[in-house]
Amino acid sequence: MKKPIINIGVTGLNAIDSPGPGVAVIRGLREATSFDVRIIGFAYESMEPGIYMHDLVDRTYQIPYPSAGADALLSRLEYIQSREKLDVIIPNFDAELYSFIKLEDKLRQMGIHMFLPTLTQFEERHKVNLSEFGKKYGIEVPLGKAINDSSEIFALQKDFDFPMMIKGKWYDAFIAYNMEQARTYFNKISAKWGLPVVLQRFVHGTEYNVTGLGDGKGNTIAAVPMRKQFITDKGKAWAGISIDDKKLLAITRQFVSETKWRGAFELEMMKTSDNVYYLMEINPRIPAWVYLAVGVGQNIPEALTNLALGNEVEPFSTYEVGKLFIRYSWDMIVDRSEFEKISINGEL
Amino acid sequence: MKINGNLAISESGFLFNPSSGESFTVNPVGAEIIELLKDGKNEEQILEALLKTYEIDSKTLQKDLLDFNDILKQHQLLEPDEETNH
Repeated sequence: MKKPIINIGVTGLNAIDSPGPGVAVIRGLREATSFDVRIIGFAYESMEPGIYMHDLVDRTYQIPYPSAGADALLSRLEYIQSREKLDVIIPNFDAELYSFIKLEDKLRQMGIHMFLPTLTQFEERHKVNLSEFGKKYGIEVPLGKAINDSSEIFALQKDFDFPMMIKGKWYDAFIAYNMEQARTYFNKISAKWGLPVVLQRFVHGTEYNVTGLGDGKGNTIAAVPMRKQFITDKGKAWAGISIDDKKLLAITRQFVSETKWRGAFELEMMKTSDNVYYLMEINPRIPAWVYLAVGVGQNIPEALTNLALGNEVEPFSTYEVGKLFIRYSWDMIVDRSEFEKISINGEL
Repeated sequence: MKINGNLAISESGFLFNPSSGESFTVNPVGAEIIELLKDGKNEEQILEALLKTYEIDSKTLQKDLLDFNDILKQHQLLEPDEETNH
């Protein structure tokens, strides 16, 4: 039977040292067995490597930064839609999700489908609200507090103790070992990502991540846990291995069924030496290491696309344990004219 | 002393714990002990088996086995309910 061809817009083409998930998502989509794809890349900057990967991305359009707001994004997407007839969009950045969630209904009217968390789910799991989230759903999370002024750190130091984590609203996290460092990191993060800044109790342990997919009705469609094997100086996994941790999978299913999570997610967990699991962060999107999930038998980008299109998706029940992903860098030779086209016209 | 049932061990002495994702390497004697543990042999049976193969006195071997057991425990490679042997 001939497979349908689906036009899919994908963001996060910045396959750099701290990569966006777009290129990994596209590799999963290209390996889908239930459909063929035409990939439309969405880029913010002309140096995002995915723009120039023509075997993966058929055409790329520049889109406005999230700070420009949902209206600017909508008008750009209307233009793109008039030329590309997109069926699905898979946004892959935390910072752009708010706008895409807001636009979900409007985009559906234009024939574009997405499968994103609800605005409530998106806000509730935010690291600013993670303490309340843990209490509400009975999941262990480290003590955390969102602050708007560095002077609050002094008053809170007896609750948090040093070292403590200082985290940005969207990205970045630093370990502060004393008050001076804590203040410095607060200033650095608030200047870059705005307020509030989150203080989080430091948890010693081993880091584990789970990527998965919820159907919005409480069912876990996919879940693959991974242990980071090699970490970059920014704390990103450069290598990891799929594992069979029953407790981690049970926490994941609890998270999905309690929240009725809709869409892809990544849970960042810390396992202490006495085997207690703390949920450190919930990313409301596909992570950059998702190709490991594809490689071990759970094609999350394909399943997400089918859910977005309203197709029936059977939950995955197995995956291969003990498979590694190892990232690498790759230099492409790109003609100046291509760089010129995306820089001047915003299209390639 | 009961080894974690899921533990994968190859002939080269490469150990992989699928629940934690940790991997280790052991020497041929270590690999042999782990294989014996996987076969459900108890400490006495392991001692007996090793004494047959290696030129070593029972006391030294017993001490070495105890040390190895502690290392396995430290890396959580033993089943929790059997960890109170020593």
